[in-house]
Formats: sequence, C-alpha cells, structure tokens
Amino acid sequence: MSALLSLERVSKRFRGLVAVDGVSFAVPQGAIFAVIGPNGAGKTTLFNLIAGALAPDGGSIVFAGEPIAGLAPDAVCRRGIARTFQLVRPFPALSVEDNVIAGALLRQHDVGTARERAQALLRRFELFERRYQPASALTLPDRKRLEVARALATEPKLLLLDEVIAGLRPTEVDRMVAVLRELNRESGLTIVMIEHVMRAVMALATRVLVLDHGTAIAEGTPEAVVRDPAVVQSYLGAEVV
Amino acid sequence: MTVAVITRLADDVPRRTLILLGILLAALLVAPWIVNDYLLTVLIVTLYSAYTGQAWNIMMGFAGQLSLGNALYAGLGAYLAAALFTDFGIGPWIGFLASIPVAAACGAIIGFLAFRFGVAGVYFAILTIAFGEFARIGFDHLTIVNASAGLFLPVAQYAHNDLWRLRGDPTMFYYVILAATVLAFVLCRLLLRSRIGYFWLAIREDEQAARAVGIDTFRYKMYAVVISAAATSFAGVFYAFFYNNLFPEQVFNIGRSIEMILGPVIGGVGTLFGPILGAFVLNGLAETLNATMSAVGLDLPGAKEVFYGLCLLFVILALPEGVWPPLARRLGFDKGKR
Amino acid sequence: MTFDVYLNVAVAGVLTGLVYGLMALGLSVIFGVVRVVNFAHGEMMSIAMYIAVLLFSTFHLDPLIMLVPIAAVMFAFGYVLQARVINPFVTRPEHSQFLLLVALAIIIANTLLILFGPDARTVQTSYAYDSFQLGPVLIDASKAYAGAAAIAFAIALFAFFRFSLVGKAIRACADNYTGALVVGLNVNRLYALSFALGAACVGAAGSMMTLIVDVTPSIGPVYTLLAFVIVITGGLGSMAGALVGGILIGLTEALAGLLFTPSAKSMFAFGILVLVLLFRPQGILGRRPS
Repeated sequence: MSALLSLERVSKRFRGLVAVDGVSFAVPQGAIFAVIGPNGAGKTTLFNLIAGALAPDGGSIVFAGEPIAGLAPDAVCRRGIARTFQLVRPFPALSVEDNVIAGALLRQHDVGTARERAQALLRRFELFERRYQPASALTLPDRKRLEVARALATEPKLLLLDEVIAGLRPTEVDRMVAVLRELNRESGLTIVMIEHVMRAVMALATRVLVLDHGTAIAEGTPEAVVRDPAVVQSYLGAEVV
Repeated sequence: MTVAVITRLADDVPRRTLILLGILLAALLVAPWIVNDYLLTVLIVTLYSAYTGQAWNIMMGFAGQLSLGNALYAGLGAYLAAALFTDFGIGPWIGFLASIPVAAACGAIIGFLAFRFGVAGVYFAILTIAFGEFARIGFDHLTIVNASAGLFLPVAQYAHNDLWRLRGDPTMFYYVILAATVLAFVLCRLLLRSRIGYFWLAIREDEQAARAVGIDTFRYKMYAVVISAAATSFAGVFYAFFYNNLFPEQVFNIGRSIEMILGPVIGGVGTLFGPILGAFVLNGLAETLNATMSAVGLDLPGAKEVFYGLCLLFVILALPEGVWPPLARRLGFDKGKR
Repeated sequence: MTFDVYLNVAVAGVLTGLVYGLMALGLSVIFGVVRVVNFAHGEMMSIAMYIAVLLFSTFHLDPLIMLVPIAAVMFAFGYVLQARVINPFVTRPEHSQFLLLVALAIIIANTLLILFGPDARTVQTSYAYDSFQLGPVLIDASKAYAGAAAIAFAIALFAFFRFSLVGKAIRACADNYTGALVVGLNVNRLYALSFALGAACVGAAGSMMTLIVDVTPSIGPVYTLLAFVIVITGGLGSMAGALVGGILIGLTEALAGLLFTPSAKSMFAFGILVLVLLFRPQGILGRRPS
C-alpha cells in the first residue's frame, strides 16, 4: 500500500514556541489514522499545516505524490483534502442543506446535482429532517455532523477530522463511528482524525500517532500504542483508560 | 428557452410571493397613467435607488464585502457615456457597453489592493471611499470633461421619444429604469441560486470555512466587486441622460454612495426584495417630510436631514435585520423557502 | 530662494500634519479598542471647531487655551455616545455599525447647519499673522503653537496608556476581549472610556484646527476620510503610526498644493495610501497580521 499522505520532519514555531517539532509519518491509502496526545501537544497545529491554514517552517508534506506544504487552504481542498474545525464553523445563516450544497458545488457545478448529493449526505448523517433550518439553530452534536457532511460533500480523498466525536453522547458516538467506518469501507476514504475519545480511536483507527509537546513520541497500532510506556507516562498516565 | 428560464425563476417561490410580485409589477407598469409629473419623478428616483441598491447588495449582501464608494462606478458610467455622447454623438447604450469594462476594471483594482493580503474587511470599505474621493477631486480638475464647471448634455425636445439615444419625456425614463430594476432583480435571483451565489454566501458567512471547502475566496470576491461595479455603471449612464448635467462634486460625492447603501440596509441586506422595499420606504419618508415641512411653512435648512437621520437611527435600532425579513415572516412569504 | 519656499511649505505641512495626526490618533484609539470604525469622526471634529469658534467670538477665549476644556467636553460627549448609543452595536455586523455612525454624522452635521448656518466661520487671533524666523525658515506662529500642542496632547495620551492602571486595562481589553471579561474588567466602561479618549483627541485637534482652516457644517466627511487615510498609512492599531501618518500626509498635501494646485492636494494623500497598501499593507509602523 502506497502512502496517500506523508509528512517528513514538519516543524512550526510561533514566536519561539515550537508547536510542531520535526514530525514525520505516513498515512497509507484507505487507512483510518488517529492522532492523539494531551492538550497543547500540537495536534490542531499539525492539522492546520496539512490543510494549508498555516505554512510549515520546515519539512515537507506530500499528498498523492505532490508536495502541498504552503498551499492555500482552498487549493489543498481542491486537491482532495477536506477538514472539519475543532471549534465548529458552519455557515450560520445558511440552511443546513445550503451548507452542504456549498461544499458539494466544488465538484458538482450544477446546483441540482449538488443538492441531490447534499441530501444523500444529510440522510446519512440524520440531518435530512432539519435541512431547512438555519445551521445556527442546530445543537452542537448536529453541527459537528453537519461539518463532517459539508467536508465530505467536497468529495475528498482524505478527510481530516478534528475532534468530531468528543462531546457526543455515547449513542451518538457509536453512530458516528459506524458512519465513518462505512465511508471508509465503501469508498476507501482515507481518514486522519484527532480524537480524545479513546473508545472511538480503539474502534476505528488502523494506526495511531501520539504527539506530546510537538514531537511524535510513538506510532503504531492502537493496541501497541496504549501499551507503550512512553505514551502511558506522558499522556495516558494521568487518566488511565 | 425563455419559458425554461421563467419556470426556473419561479421554482419553489411560494405562490403568494409570486402574486405579490405580480401585483407590484402591474402597479408599477400602469403608474405613469395614474400619477402626476411630480410623483412620476419621485418614482424614477425611487427605482433608481432600488436599482443601485440591488447592485450594491451583490457586493455586501451576497459576498459580504462592504463597499462605501459605489458612486465611483455610477460616476464613471455617467461621465463616459455623457462624454461619448456630447463629443462624438455616440449613443448611451454604446456608452454603457464602454463603461462596463472601465467600471469593472476600477472595481478590480480596489478589490485587488484590498483582498490580496486578506486583511481586515475595513480596508476594503475605506479603500472604496478613498477611490471615490480620488475620482471626485480628479474629475474636478479634468478639463476634457469641463472639470468643476460641469458637463452638460443637450436638453432633449420632448417631441418624440428616442429610446436609442435616451432623449424623451419622463415616462420613457421611468420605463427604462423600471426595466433595469426588474432585470437587476431577476439577475440577482439567478446569481444567488447558482454556484457563484452559494460561494458568495459561504464567503459572507465565514471566509475561513469557505476556503476549507475549496472556494477560491479571492476570485469570488473579485467577481462580486466586478459584477456590482458593472451593474452600477448603468445607473450612472441613466443619471447622466436623465439629469443632463454632471458635476464631479455631486456625482462622486460620498453622499451618493451612502444613498445607494441606505435602501438595502433599511430594506434588508442580502435579501432580494430588501433593496426595492428600502428604496420605497426611504423615498416615501423623504417625500412625506418634504410635504410636511412645506405644509407647516417651515423652511429651516438641515431640519429635514436631522429628522431623516433620526428616522434612520430608529430603523437600525429597532429593526437590525431591516424592514423586509420580519415583514416577510409576518406575511408568511418565507414559507416553503429553501 | 525657491528652496526656501519649499522648506517653508514643508515645515508648515509637518505642523499641520501633527494636528491631523492627533485627530487620526482619536480614530485609531477608538478602532483599536472598540473595533468600531467611527464614520462620524470628522463631524465630531466639527463640533469641537464650532465650540472653539463660539468661545472665541463671544468671550475672546483663545482656542489654544480652550484646548483642554474643549477636549474635556468632547470626552464627555464621546463617553455618553459610546455608553448609550454605540455599545449595543459593538457585536453587530460592520454595515450596521456603519449605518449607525452615518446616521449620527447626518444628525450632527445638520444640527450644526441649523445652529450656525452654512457660512464658513473662522477664528482671528492676535497672532494669526505672526511668524518666527528660524534660519532660512519662516514658521507660521499659529501652526507652530498648534503643532506643539498636538505633540503635548499625544505625549499625555501615550503616558496614560503606558503608565496608568486604567490605560493598561484598556490595552488589555483591546488585546483580548474575552480575557478582559474573564479577569473581571468592566469592558463596557473601558469601551466608553476609549471612545471618550478618542473624542478628546479629536476635540483637541478640532480646537487647534480653527487656527488653520475655516469651519463649515459640511467639512466632516473630508476629515473623516483624511483620518482613515492617515491611520491606514501609519498602521492600523499603532498609536505612533497615526502621528507619523499624519505628518506624512500633512507634508504630502502641503507640497502637492505648492507644486500643483491646492484643491487637488488630497489626491496625493490618496496616492500615498495606495502606495502604502501596495508595498507595505500593514502600514508604516503596523505589524503584519499573522
């Protein structure tokens, strides 16, 4: 299996503070790859670097065989990487359906086709009944689902999910896990997810990367990673699963 | 083909909305036979502000870019068409065609300067004012258009209406601006329901999220500015041929830009009907004030404007969304709206 | 000989620019803290100018001496305006704020028109035609006093923000609104204070402005725009930038008035603005946003 996304010694500093420090990893095509680590470990910064919201200070990011480091976020999305935001940001005044249509129009130039696609996604994420409501009227779990649906509407090869499961109720967690697994199996969608909910990580991820203070301290299968002494000490030690 | 476009336009518009629009259009169509000359002029001015408001709304209401200098584009259209007419006898419609690229290029320059660095939205707003003022002072010294002495068009004989050369009586001008307003309304609806419209709304709502779904925000913001500028330039051509005189101090005055904004803001920014309703509310208010002031024999310069300002203050304090959105909800015009 | 002329005009431009800078400083403080673009800035200055003119014509009180009381009056005006009218709009969209301030500007300008009529008013001080000889340079006394007063006022403001507790609190509030709320600062009061300080700047500048130009009820928009141009040129959010921008624009206008025609001078100020935006979009002293 060839790597769809690979990072090589990627670094990012903010005024002297090293947020991401020489991180390297590769995500194979079709994988579900989880990034875990304590708060402030640099996970979201790492995502912002991949998604083009930030430009790295050093290192290379290669997606589908092409370097993408430093590209604008919209250019990254057009290459096939879609993302969600940790603090969700749907288009508040637009209806739920229009939110997803705006994403679908990236590949589907016809509004009618884009609407069909959007509706299919909304059914999948159980938002179809609320499709005419403004996005601002949704509850937080619904807004998280809407973000995922909108990101998927851009027909990505790689989906970056920033804590879409944290904050959901247990039944909702299971539904989201099921949907993500389905997407991965059906279309071979590659997923990179930042997640705190270890239950979801253990259930979904094929590989896990552990970040701490901006450096990768472990990488491997979920089972191996949670047994890694360094990981247990730095991260899981405090809140044993 | 025409039928197809019309069906698409009416697509999922509530029935009662269509009926209301039909009644309104019919009333406006027969208006010249009913109202006197003075009221007809008031209607022309009202439709003019509805048209310019609709054009401004593309930039602000759809794409979220606050322009405070749209008088610039109207002024360029006015001066270009008027100069072509007086110097070369070239008619206003050709003049309009010529003014489209000029106004669009001007908008593009402002947009380029403001959007290139993705800095705060205030930059764009202030740049638009600055360019408007630049043009005002520049044209005040531009001798080929008579500088501050003003440019005059030969006043028409009212013997017959010449639509091609826009020479005629107020009724002809009324129908021209009515047609333009209807066209602008239709164009805005088509734009809003097309790919570009969805992208604009996304940018207006959250530019960073818009980029995350792959929208080239710079490009689509530029489209909004360019389309709005080109549309506004027609208003200028109309202005030149309706008033027959142009002074930089008036045409490019920042007050003209503000007038273009008031209608849609009062009516409802980002709504299709807001600019039209707002224009009627504002001009109705101004005319009522005029009538009241002259009825009580009060002739105090500035008093009308103070009252006008207070009314504005009241509307923005009491109706933050503008007049139309709450009205539409109350009348049930938003039902079945997608 | 000709060089002397340029030098004289340049010095006069710099001095006028200092007064411009003080006016723009007011706009910068208001925008920097409250995040509201004060589109009624020029109108607020014309209020101050009319107060100065009135005080001079009725009581023969010199605008330079009245500078502090007028600034105090405008301070109170700004405080009430922000606390009572503008504050609910702080979280509203830009166009809504814009309209509010435009409505205020219309009301102010036309109230002045009703009160004072459309004719230009002026202040004729005893030193209006005095000047100092400094080497080859002839300095207009009015402008010299005005420029010096502008510097003094600006220094007082800098000191306030740097050293006083309230000034520090305002800066904290400008840096991080939520943070300021969390540590228990009364943000609404600080906003009102900031707007009041901005108004005081424009009040002081207006008072001095009467020594340089005539006042009419309709001068507002031109000075509002001038303040914008200066603030963007100097660097949005930089207080020193407002002064530097003011000097640059004052100098540009003066030289353009000499080389071309005075009525076209603001075109050159806009030219500077465009150049700055092209080559240094963050402004001369501004920091590039990350």
